[in-house]
Amino acid sequence: MTDATLGSPLAGPARKKSSLLAVDALTKKRNASEARFKAYGVSAVVIGLLFLVALLWAILSNGLGAFSQTFIQVPVKLDKGAIEAAEKSIVKTSKYRAIINTGFRAELGRAGIDTGMDDRGLQKMMSSGAAATLREFVLANPDQIGRTVTFEFVASSRVDGYLKGRVKREDLINDKNLDAAHLDLIDAMRKADIVTKTFNWQFVLGTDASDSRPEQAGMGASMVGSFFMMLVVLMLSLPIGVAASIYLEEFAPQNWLTDLIEVNISNLAAVPSIVFGILGLAVFIQFAHLPQSAPLVGGLVLTLMTLPTIIISTRASLKAVPPSIRDAALGVGASKMQSIFHHVLPLAMPGILTGTIIGLAQALGETAPLLLIGMVGFIASNFPEGVGDGFLAPNSAMPAQIYEWAKRADPAFYERAWGGIIILLVFLMAMNILAIVLRRRFERRW
Amino acid sequence: MSLSVILLVLLALAVVGYVLGRSRALGSAGGDMQKLHSLPSYYGWNAALMVLIPSLLVLVVWLIVQPIVIHNQVASMISEASIEKSSLDLVMSDVKRVADGLDAAVEAGAMTADQASSIRTEFTDVRDRLGDVGVALGSDVNSETLRAAQRYREIASTGALLRLIVVVGFGLAGLAFAYMRSHRDFRARNVVERVVRWILLSAASIAILTTLGIVLSLIFNTIEFFRVYPAADFFFGLTWSPSFGGGSELGIVPLIWATLYISFIALSVAVPVGLFAAIYLSEYAGPHVRSFAKPMLEVLAGIPTIVYGLFALLTVGPLLVDAFGGGGLFGVDWMQGASSVLTAGFVMGIMLIPFVSSLSDDIINAVPQAMRDGSLGLGATHSETVKQVILPAALPGIVGAILLAASRAIGETMIVVLGAGAAARLSLNPLEAMTTVTAKIVSQLTGDADFASPEALVAFALGMTLFVVTLLLNIAALYIVRKYREQYE
Repeated sequence: MTDATLGSPLAGPARKKSSLLAVDALTKKRNASEARFKAYGVSAVVIGLLFLVALLWAILSNGLGAFSQTFIQVPVKLDKGAIEAAEKSIVKTSKYRAIINTGFRAELGRAGIDTGMDDRGLQKMMSSGAAATLREFVLANPDQIGRTVTFEFVASSRVDGYLKGRVKREDLINDKNLDAAHLDLIDAMRKADIVTKTFNWQFVLGTDASDSRPEQAGMGASMVGSFFMMLVVLMLSLPIGVAASIYLEEFAPQNWLTDLIEVNISNLAAVPSIVFGILGLAVFIQFAHLPQSAPLVGGLVLTLMTLPTIIISTRASLKAVPPSIRDAALGVGASKMQSIFHHVLPLAMPGILTGTIIGLAQALGETAPLLLIGMVGFIASNFPEGVGDGFLAPNSAMPAQIYEWAKRADPAFYERAWGGIIILLVFLMAMNILAIVLRRRFERRW
Repeated sequence: MSLSVILLVLLALAVVGYVLGRSRALGSAGGDMQKLHSLPSYYGWNAALMVLIPSLLVLVVWLIVQPIVIHNQVASMISEASIEKSSLDLVMSDVKRVADGLDAAVEAGAMTADQASSIRTEFTDVRDRLGDVGVALGSDVNSETLRAAQRYREIASTGALLRLIVVVGFGLAGLAFAYMRSHRDFRARNVVERVVRWILLSAASIAILTTLGIVLSLIFNTIEFFRVYPAADFFFGLTWSPSFGGGSELGIVPLIWATLYISFIALSVAVPVGLFAAIYLSEYAGPHVRSFAKPMLEVLAGIPTIVYGLFALLTVGPLLVDAFGGGGLFGVDWMQGASSVLTAGFVMGIMLIPFVSSLSDDIINAVPQAMRDGSLGLGATHSETVKQVILPAALPGIVGAILLAASRAIGETMIVVLGAGAAARLSLNPLEAMTTVTAKIVSQLTGDADFASPEALVAFALGMTLFVVTLLLNIAALYIVRKYREQYE
């Protein structure tokens, strides 16, 4: 207490007077630090939002290009003799290429463009899949043979890139596949309206293409793969998740088994996704011999991953149903099981569905476990034939397809990868909006 | 007889059971529902469950046991000589391929079933015949393999027939049993509810089974790995250079180093930004700002990791090269390629911001209002209250949140696979490409390596390390968070 007496106003030195009207140094300092602290907070929020904007900007600016595609219009005379000769030959596509080249030259001649290029150079303007397109058309429409049909052939990725501004003249030095003459030709063709740029349905609906044909690669097949995977996830994780939640929320006695289940669920929610991939590889493929790369296996792995999410949200919505509902049901003579299945569960259903959709959206974007069960590394060039095939035949999934494109050497695939991300995000957004709408519309406040 | 047929038969039996059980119970009560113990549908459900559950259990057991039995039976036919030449597993997979090929040939009509079980290598070129129906075999089929394959097919077809008989038999027995029991005094509801309760319990136990599956699949393969590669070299080796020809050096230290380095960078981006954002949103922001900024930040959490990976590889990486690469903005040549520790760490930090901010937000909101009021009432400014009262009170929870974020960072795969590089390196330079535990799990298991080689098995040891580390972090974090919550409840 000696300090207190020493510091008393009577004994100590005269205390500096301060006024409420004038701001003293200490208050100034404290106010400045207050303002600084607040500025830190604002800038943190702004930085976070800026990152979001930068991310979205990168996605949109790089990816929107994938949705338009340059086509070259070429009237081709489907000469019967030439086609028969081509069908008899061993390298059918090269003969068909020759047919296209003849038509292409004629078209350029009509527009008054002098190419001064050999066939090989001319071919670089078009996708190497053009011959296959022509052949498929001829085989599908034999009645058109003998007529002249105007085709829209997919331009090669570099021509496409030049018109979209991705490939520039100064890049040509490093490019063996295109030289300045090609670019002059493109400019001339654009003036003559031989090239058109239209919405790229092939990218949205088509299948993946090999390394050398980025202009023909599409997301369609992997969308189907993702769809079947989500079907598996929905069919398994919803019933299992709901059953598990009902048990834990309504029936589970307080014992070691319940504790063990609870601990496991909360831990599984935080296990890295790649570990689930290892589980899938070891259990479903090595042990159970399910087919590699099959959407069924992907769906099983993702089911195990999303179960904790669904169980946690389902339990929350079961908990939100007031006990008076249960009591009323029990009071009029329902058994406990009846009160839950007839009353509690239907009332909790909107919440359960919302949680399930959010879980599905998470599963849809998950990539790492799919890499380990083999959903990358091959070209998903076919649509599955029928439902059984959809589950069991090798396929890709949207995020795996994006990863696959990101790994390839040709930068034209990067545009596809960004475009694929736009499609993926559109699906995710739709699912999340659906979940929000469901919640707004059906959520009950007790 | 294929699996789907059995399942359809069982389903049909279950429907029949439902109808029969219900009608017999009603009949025993003379059509008067009030004389029944339970509602009529419970008698139906009782019969349907009695058909399905025992038969499906038998089916599952059968599916697990049959391949093992066949394997043992056929393996005994293979001579020591051919096992010595390659290995039992390889010979067995040959046998299986030939057997599948014969099946395909019979299905395509290239052979009759008799031919398939009687052809001999001495008279026919089996490889050619199978090649005709689109089954490619790596090597010529010798007579021993062919015999084994034929025996395999024999056992498999007998097995399938037996399976049908036994499984459907169980279904029928269940049906008969339930039918006999369907009587008006039978307590069908109690039985059905007990069964349903067991079903619910088993659904809940899938969580345990999953953990068990993870642990077992990791442990067995890890033990296998340590049998072919010394554990000490794995845990303390300073070089990581797998070569599929053999003689690999598989030291985990450089991988752990890069993992921790990237996680550190990620956390030093995410923690300040996330924490300050959480403080601002919970303590300063008005309801309008909050209702806009909070969901917007959480959008970052909903974006799939593959998007962040691409963002790192194609946007952030090249930007960093423009700044630090040769001829770049700063005129230094510190960075060669787009992928580096900084690229991956920075992007991962962006991904973790909403994770840190929403967890911290919850925790800051859980600090009782009385503590704020007390501090403000004594004359502290708002920021002093936050710094000296709220943050110390919330500290354990925030530490828990950071630990959870760290466990996320360590286990993150796609960003590092795309953004961090492929070469393992022990270096301090954050602009150099390094590779992490998760990235190597992917590359070791997606390569062409044989599953029995140490180069592939090492992935399981890496996975085990990852699993243990993240598990410990999670348990610590959950413990801290729970402890803290209890403090103020």
